[in-house]
Amino acid sequence: MSTVTDTIHHENDLHEHHAPPSGIKRWLYTTNHKDIGTLYLWFAFIMFLTGGAMAMVIRAELFQPGLQIVEPNFFNQMTTVHGLIMVFGAVMPAFTGLANWLVPMMIGAPDMALPRMNNWSFWILPFAFLILLSSLFMEGGGPAFGWTFYAPLSTTYSGDSTALFVFSVHIMGISSIMGAINVIVTIFNMRAPGMTWMKMPLFVWTWLITAFLLIAVMPVLAGAVTMVLTDKFFGTSFFDAAGGGDPVMFQHIFWFFGHPEVYIMILPAFGIISQIVPTFARKRLFGYASMVYATASIALLSFIVWAHHMFTTGMPVFAEMFFMLATMLISVPTGVKVFNWVATMWRGSMSFEVPMLFALAFIVLFTIGGLSGLMLAITPVDFQYHDTYFVVAHFHYVLVTGAIFSIMAAVYYWLPKWTGKMFDITLAKWHFWCSLISVNVLFFPMHFVGLAGMPRRIPDYALQFADFNKWISLGGFAFGLSQFIFLALLIKACRKQGDPVSDQVWEGAEGLEWEIPSPAPYHTFETPPVIK
Amino acid sequence: MAQPDYEKYYVPDSSPWPIVGAVALFLIAVGAGNFVIEQTKGTSGYGGYILTAGFATLIFMLFGWFRNQIHESMSGLYSDQLGRSYRQGMAWFIFSEVMFFAAFFGALFYARMISIPWLGGSGNNAATNEVLWPAFQAMWPLVQTPGGTETEAMGWYGLPLINTVILLISSVTCHFAHVALEENKRGRLKLMLGITVLLGAIFMSLQVEEYIHAYQEMGLTLQSGVYGNTFFLLTGFHGLHVTLGAIILFIMLLRIFKGHFTPENHFAFQAGSWYWHFVDVVWVMLFFFVYIL
Repeated sequence: MSTVTDTIHHENDLHEHHAPPSGIKRWLYTTNHKDIGTLYLWFAFIMFLTGGAMAMVIRAELFQPGLQIVEPNFFNQMTTVHGLIMVFGAVMPAFTGLANWLVPMMIGAPDMALPRMNNWSFWILPFAFLILLSSLFMEGGGPAFGWTFYAPLSTTYSGDSTALFVFSVHIMGISSIMGAINVIVTIFNMRAPGMTWMKMPLFVWTWLITAFLLIAVMPVLAGAVTMVLTDKFFGTSFFDAAGGGDPVMFQHIFWFFGHPEVYIMILPAFGIISQIVPTFARKRLFGYASMVYATASIALLSFIVWAHHMFTTGMPVFAEMFFMLATMLISVPTGVKVFNWVATMWRGSMSFEVPMLFALAFIVLFTIGGLSGLMLAITPVDFQYHDTYFVVAHFHYVLVTGAIFSIMAAVYYWLPKWTGKMFDITLAKWHFWCSLISVNVLFFPMHFVGLAGMPRRIPDYALQFADFNKWISLGGFAFGLSQFIFLALLIKACRKQGDPVSDQVWEGAEGLEWEIPSPAPYHTFETPPVIK
Repeated sequence: MAQPDYEKYYVPDSSPWPIVGAVALFLIAVGAGNFVIEQTKGTSGYGGYILTAGFATLIFMLFGWFRNQIHESMSGLYSDQLGRSYRQGMAWFIFSEVMFFAAFFGALFYARMISIPWLGGSGNNAATNEVLWPAFQAMWPLVQTPGGTETEAMGWYGLPLINTVILLISSVTCHFAHVALEENKRGRLKLMLGITVLLGAIFMSLQVEEYIHAYQEMGLTLQSGVYGNTFFLLTGFHGLHVTLGAIILFIMLLRIFKGHFTPENHFAFQAGSWYWHFVDVVWVMLFFFVYIL
């Protein structure tokens, strides 16, 4: 997208740097966007393994029909906390970590705009999850009402731990809002001279729009949990018809947050794929401007589709029609994106390094998730699919093979820039192929059991689903184990093992971050580069 | 490739305050969660103490953090670009606050326009009414809930109207204070800002009086159905924001007496005044949708 003067190197070398302080204080007190990015990414990975362990409990229980390993109430806690951890603890912090590392380097800024607040927004997260996880050990157990905490499950039928759940979600929300404000202000105010809007890398564009969504909807989630708190503990009746409220109102408020939230978890992924595909196709991104407009359209549409999660609640027919058609409209900008990625590869001189493998898997598998989403958008059909494993299959295709695969692609793509060393390619390929095969064994059969009527969030099931569930569980265990390959690779990378890489790292990589030295110095662009 | 006119962006060295703030929020969340459980179950525990410790830590953090920042700002470390970062950050923060109130306004509109009429049998919901509470009639304000709780509706004249006038005047005085600061008329600045803080305090005391009146004489409580719920949560969160805004402006007043702020450099004051205008706008919405309509 942009060409830069070639003096960046020397200029950075001339500056006197504050060496990072050593020991634990470096990480506790840091205001450096690269340190904070690393913290976010490691935290996200630890949460990914924690939430993954809960998924293993779920799959172990579902390996056979009947109840054999855990109590149903504990099973419900596992599904709930698995969802909360993966959404708020793994995917969102991983994207924020990537934004921290990359946005300042991509736009030629010395750091994030508000560095101390950046530290604060990270460090409140581990505390929030400490509260959530420790609530599992409370009397009566942790939250067991699903990550969507529908009323009256969360108001009438929940345990004491709901209070701690509410306050931990508040902290997660504060963290996300502060992180988003930081990203948005950095992009608005810190771009290097010449880095005009339509020269910005797509990762920056998608994060700008994501940050807007975060600031718009996280406060609505805060409102929703607050109403749950007062309904449960202080006798209000927002979600109780006897007092003039309505449990369905909870779903409206929750999904007004929840639908933009799912785009918060996928728009940065679109940005990552749009960075990686041109590099390994050795062509410019096809349709840059249309990518920007498509991202913005998806974000705007995300505010008017929330009730497609609620087709079976008995809304008036005109509302069902409206939400069905608005939802289907989203497939237009999404289709533009998939088309552009494919068109970028068309007649490119392709090579298949590990980041590209993950990116290609993303394009194919995310599209499968998108198509099952289109099926779910059709109101009368959704009456059949609602709350079945078909829905579970759909959102795991878009979140695991979509969001998480894109995060892995991003880590493989930028890791050599961060450490200065090439990662262990053999391990990376093992990680890719094991994950790719197991994830499809894990999630693809869920479509079939879902269409056949197996309900989600149930610890036991009818006998006819036994064979498929056995395979799903085996795929799940294999996918879980495959992530330890990734862990081993990351530990090796952080110990700086491997061959040194060039500044550009990947032949065909373009952008400011590839023009600074590898590993990226502790401070970059203290004086802004000039982009021609 | 340094440009001659480029002023270096100030990136602070590592700071202990954010982690202190993180511990503070942790204590507040744990304390508040346990406090809520203990209060509603009538059990004893440490929730209240943890909560208090959390707030104390938070106040300690705010003093330390802002002392650092004021010091940096007064020693001229901040560029115009950094000032823009702060202003944009504050603007987006206020937008997030708007969305927080939007959730509660949304609940109010939904209850009024959808759930209560449906419970009363409108649209194709005749059976809902017939099966659940046949005696219930849709109305707003909801002075009798389907479950049978009775209450009185809060009128808009009297205290609420007086409060609206007070808050609107305070917004004007706050603006004049800002103008005075920009024209470097310190005397007028102190007077106008002092009046603003005073009006904020009067607003809050009248609000307390209204709550006492509602609870003791009208039987309008947090428990009296969705009308009372939306009334108390909307006015309550607004009152919390007014209190916070008044404290911010009061601290600005103290800083002005110490000689802080210049016509060119007064981000903290500006942020406080934006916040004050924001709580005013929320009140106007409240007055219209909660009291009048």
